[in-house]
Amino acid sequence: MDFELSAEQREIQALARELAEAEIEPHAAAWDREHRFPRELFGRLAELGLMAVCIPEDLGGAGADFLSYILVLEELSRADAGVGVAVAVHTSATTLPLVRFGTDEQKKELVPPLARGERIGAFALTEAGSGSDAAALRTRAEPDGDGWRITGVKQWTTNGAYAGTFLVFARGEAGISAFVLDAETEGLKPTGEHTKLGLHSSSTTDLVLDGAYAPRARLLGEEGKGFHIAMATLDGGRIGIAAQALGIARAAYELSRGYALERRQFGQRIADFQAIQWKLADMATELDAARLLVYRAAWLRDRGEPHGEAGAKAKLYVSSVARRHTGEAIQILGGYGYTKEFPAERYYRDAKITEIYEGTSEIQRLVIARSILGLGERAVPTPA
Amino acid sequence: MLAPVKIAVCMKEVPDASATKRIDPQTLRLDRSGDGTLNEFDTHALEEALRVKDASSETEVVVVSMGPGKAMDSLRKALAMGADRVVLVTDEAAAGSDLIATSKVLAKALERESPDLIVLGQQAGDSDGAVLWAALADRLRLPMISQAASLELREGKARSKRQTEYGYDVIEAALPCVVAVSDAINEPRYPSLKGIMGAKKKPQETVSLVDLGLAGDEVGAAGSRTEVYALGEPAARGETQRIEDEGDAAEKIIEYLSARKIL
Repeated sequence: MDFELSAEQREIQALARELAEAEIEPHAAAWDREHRFPRELFGRLAELGLMAVCIPEDLGGAGADFLSYILVLEELSRADAGVGVAVAVHTSATTLPLVRFGTDEQKKELVPPLARGERIGAFALTEAGSGSDAAALRTRAEPDGDGWRITGVKQWTTNGAYAGTFLVFARGEAGISAFVLDAETEGLKPTGEHTKLGLHSSSTTDLVLDGAYAPRARLLGEEGKGFHIAMATLDGGRIGIAAQALGIARAAYELSRGYALERRQFGQRIADFQAIQWKLADMATELDAARLLVYRAAWLRDRGEPHGEAGAKAKLYVSSVARRHTGEAIQILGGYGYTKEFPAERYYRDAKITEIYEGTSEIQRLVIARSILGLGERAVPTPA
Repeated sequence: MLAPVKIAVCMKEVPDASATKRIDPQTLRLDRSGDGTLNEFDTHALEEALRVKDASSETEVVVVSMGPGKAMDSLRKALAMGADRVVLVTDEAAAGSDLIATSKVLAKALERESPDLIVLGQQAGDSDGAVLWAALADRLRLPMISQAASLELREGKARSKRQTEYGYDVIEAALPCVVAVSDAINEPRYPSLKGIMGAKKKPQETVSLVDLGLAGDEVGAAGSRTEVYALGEPAARGETQRIEDEGDAAEKIIEYLSARKIL
């Protein structure tokens, strides 16, 4: 057993950390306050290869492994969780499925602009009536010539207002299929930027599809195999969200530790009080456990081994750690923690979503239970 | 001659800034066993060389260093930033070299490369010597520009502004020459991911003193003229006064400084 990162992984981690501390963290409070998606930042990230960490070199990516990508997400999310989710959805929910399921022609055409950050990726699966029960989606794909007209409304599309490439799931005669649509497609329109509890620096919109045309060349994978693509994508995607939660939890812990060593009450540092020591000891312990779960899931994926259960465990545990620790951070900072003078309250608001998106904690438990009990792929019946 | 064909950048691994620096009480030398990092000052020298390379792709940038074998881990960052290759002089006998002995080793390594331009940072962040560039230029009998706040290469010459207390001196030297850049000259780039991934494929050469035609007693502690007699803790900071801002912090600070005739 070896808990060391490789030299390359350490260097990539150091780069992401240095960049996040210099160019993201100082602006995170303002982006949060102004609900601003920092579009210009993604060009900068792409220049350094951070928009395509684990994308093969011949498609314009950096060709690093999945664990390196996870390390990058952790560092970005530590500075700004909204930036973290934008990169996560762009990479593991849009670019990676294209790499994995695309034909050579599709890969050559669609992946390099995503890798260069010229286009930001978005994943459009969820609808008003289909969240956890994703297979109940109602968006229609009607045959039209050698392609399909897609009609329906997608909901909570991360990166929606800024995306150039959308991975859209729609139901046709053969079942659910996956389509790749450009933002310029006639009949495709992101609408209604949602106001959220946190992640104010990320864009979350609806996506209106009104007869948007997808030629056959834009069908990803086989017709009717879209649900499989969506589920396989979420298998890896949830490791990314676990990394995002890990970044948030680490930010909360580091803030708490630093503050406890400085803040004085009753003539001593609050870190000298056992009440605070125990909180920090628990946080440090759980953070370690969280990190190991996330890195193991990524490591399994890099080895080409099944990682669905490991990823679900990581996301289930780390998102809960992030939610609880960000609350503890506010408690340790006291009144200051409740104000916007410190980032603790932002961490707290940002953390909650990690228990919800890319599979709620309840769905993660379902995935884990099915895996450990040897139950079938889908325990929940879905309408035909 | 247009842009120089070959630029050598002297770089050094120093203890990571986050690590507590420790002096070995036996040898009175800096303990270099912990995590290392590239000397920040040297990254400005590398950046300046890489800018020449950006403008003319035929330029070769070679990093020349002396240090323990593990220093290669730090030097790889220079390759990730864009340097073409690294030459690391590593030899047990070189340990304990002072700046004069170090200049002897590096001069030999540089002679072997015969670059058109040698660039250095102004000092190392661990020992803060700030004389290596002068010693190197002297050994190599090359003109030298120090504290360069800009660098322009044209018609076989290097032209720099040197920052002074009152403004700039503009200095020109014929190539080949040695330029020690100030840390105000540029903002070093980040290594890109592709750079990091590609670094391990670039040449990383380690050479010994024998390879350079040097005998062990010419360098290291034996070849050094500096002797460290004692080392001490820095003096403890005087009494500090903490001013909490209750709307009058600025006034209190001015009062404090005025009382000591600082203002």
